[in-house]
Amino acid sequence: MSNFLQQLFNGLVAGSFYALLALGLSVIFGMLKVVNFAHGVVYMLGAFGAYLLLDRLGLPFWVALPVVPAVLWLLGMAVERVAVRRLARLDPIYNLLLTYGLALIIADVFRLLFGVSGEPYAAPPGLTGTIDLGLFNYPTYPVFVFGASIVTCLVVWFLLARTRVGVIVRAATERPELSRALGINVGRWVTPVFGFGIALGGLAGVLAAPTRSVNPNMGISVIILVFAAVVIGGLGSIFGSVVAGYAIGIIQSLGAVYVPVLSGVLVFIVMAAVLLVRPAGLFGREETAK
Amino acid sequence: MRHKKLGAAAVVAAGSMLLAACGAGGPSGGGGKVSGDKIVLGVITDESGVYADLAGQGSVTAAKMAVADFKKKYGDKAVTTDISVVDADHHDNPDTASTEAQQFYGQQGVDAIFDVPTSSAMLAVAKIAAQQKKVFIDTGGGSTEVSNASCNKYTFHYGYDTYALAFGTAKPVVEGGGKSWFITYPNYAFGQSMNSNFSKAIKDSGGTIVASDPSPFPNQSEDYSSILLKAKQMKPDVLGAMQAGGDLVSLVKQYNTFKLAKAGIQLAIGLLFISDIHSLGADVLAGDKFTEFWYWNFDDKNRAWAQEWQKAMGGSDKKPTSDQAAVYSAVTQYLEAAQRAGTDGSDAVVKQLEGYKFNDFFARNGQIRKQDHVLLHDMYLAQVKSESDMSGPWDYEKIVGTTSGQDAFQPLSENTCKM
Repeated sequence: MSNFLQQLFNGLVAGSFYALLALGLSVIFGMLKVVNFAHGVVYMLGAFGAYLLLDRLGLPFWVALPVVPAVLWLLGMAVERVAVRRLARLDPIYNLLLTYGLALIIADVFRLLFGVSGEPYAAPPGLTGTIDLGLFNYPTYPVFVFGASIVTCLVVWFLLARTRVGVIVRAATERPELSRALGINVGRWVTPVFGFGIALGGLAGVLAAPTRSVNPNMGISVIILVFAAVVIGGLGSIFGSVVAGYAIGIIQSLGAVYVPVLSGVLVFIVMAAVLLVRPAGLFGREETAK
Repeated sequence: MRHKKLGAAAVVAAGSMLLAACGAGGPSGGGGKVSGDKIVLGVITDESGVYADLAGQGSVTAAKMAVADFKKKYGDKAVTTDISVVDADHHDNPDTASTEAQQFYGQQGVDAIFDVPTSSAMLAVAKIAAQQKKVFIDTGGGSTEVSNASCNKYTFHYGYDTYALAFGTAKPVVEGGGKSWFITYPNYAFGQSMNSNFSKAIKDSGGTIVASDPSPFPNQSEDYSSILLKAKQMKPDVLGAMQAGGDLVSLVKQYNTFKLAKAGIQLAIGLLFISDIHSLGADVLAGDKFTEFWYWNFDDKNRAWAQEWQKAMGGSDKKPTSDQAAVYSAVTQYLEAAQRAGTDGSDAVVKQLEGYKFNDFFARNGQIRKQDHVLLHDMYLAQVKSESDMSGPWDYEKIVGTTSGQDAFQPLSENTCKM
């Protein structure tokens, strides 16, 4: 039983990365109707940001944790202003191509600069031990990752539920037609919200650096799972994509233990099954799925 | 994305088959002259994925160096003075590799293909080499399948294979007290071959296997915590990790997070390249033993070649990997064989390569076994140094043992190759 719970917890830890990434992705999608294909690259940039701060400036993990997402926030806002905004009135396919192109270019530049083997990044001192979780002992760092993702999700939930910006974002996300019909001015919030989504992706990257290989390809592979999370949760449902992010982590974890041969495809089997029963995803609405 | 790529690949494949059918397939076998008065060598490798640092542009550069050195050696007396190298990125995808091989042999007049990391891609190229009757010297892909069930007259396995890795590493570890093993392997041709060869090597040496679990390849999640935790609960002496490149880096990081070493479970790595050690940092792996098939800091010859390679790479501060050294040696031996044969005709070159004995900076006491086309040469047991023991950058390995090619590679009695 304790084994099973431990594996379940493994899944929640792995799911923490997907949840944070899916959260950023669906906040951006909700507000801008842009499917950000560069989100995996943002994750990579977060990890490399942590590495570069440590390697070039000697700044530790605890500095990288707030600084890297903040820098990416500004970068994200700049990209929205310079590029994404100009294509917003056209078919969404244009922004999809823009972000996909950006992703390829940025990943290739990093490949040229750093190669693909990855850069060393050790776990921060102070988080290298194990802690007693009551039912079992667990390494501290993954527990910290899980805690950080839960806190971030709760903070975002609070912002969405209790602030004026949050109400606007939710309205624009969940009832886009109705909000527009009621004449809600969402325009001025578009840039900061895009940057915020990017910052969340960067945060996931910083958290990944001590426990994953920090290399230019790391975002390309993870983004496939994050898209699966968004689809399972329901395109446009912020809550749904976060829940699905954690769920995917659990599916993979249990899969790796009980049906190792299928662990690579299990997520996509679940995704196909969900789409058969609920084409708009678990928490999606037909209106936004169109 | 994948669909588009596949679609394009299908169009190219269909096109090349059509051309081949029209008689553009080029001459093959026999002959006394050099086709088109030139030799074209193809390097199919991973130029952007997980193996791009251990092979990639470094392999292409090594091939070009070998060509330049060959030209310098023979001058006007060379079998032909027109020798060139072309390369392609196979993205670790067998379908892409297969299409590229067809195009190389069929349209671009390539006489021999080299490198091809990723065993599944390597096996796909071996199939095309057999169909087109053109030479393929595999240095990058490790699966012993290519010298057993899938062997063919035109394909050679040069450098290392999963048998040599398994017996080279498992035997000393088991004899050192690591009796029970938990194996985790990436679920594709290379990993499966590693799993079966390691299982055999462990049992033959008197050890046991408590479990062997596959992990996805490519692994999108880069998460190995479930496997590591399962291993921790089963309490084996050794965790045998068969992953390579970035996958291996993630796994080792998490092995340390979950403190398996403290729980008495030592790590044995199936295939480790110096580029992986560099990316993890020496101290993370210090003391770990693995099978190596070439090391730049082994002796003066190796150091000299490494320096030339770095110069050719535009003053790179990286050292070459064993695979990149193997590509240089393989290209050199191919050209020497063509020189002896006086032609680039595949059958004549193959005849010259079979059974050939030689010594170069890469292959010590080298011999290409006629029966299964495996290059036998000295293999090494290496140990990762700790940072305090390193005498300079990239001085990561200490060679603690040497095994002769006859003992390191699969004995013919177990070989199933029928040419």
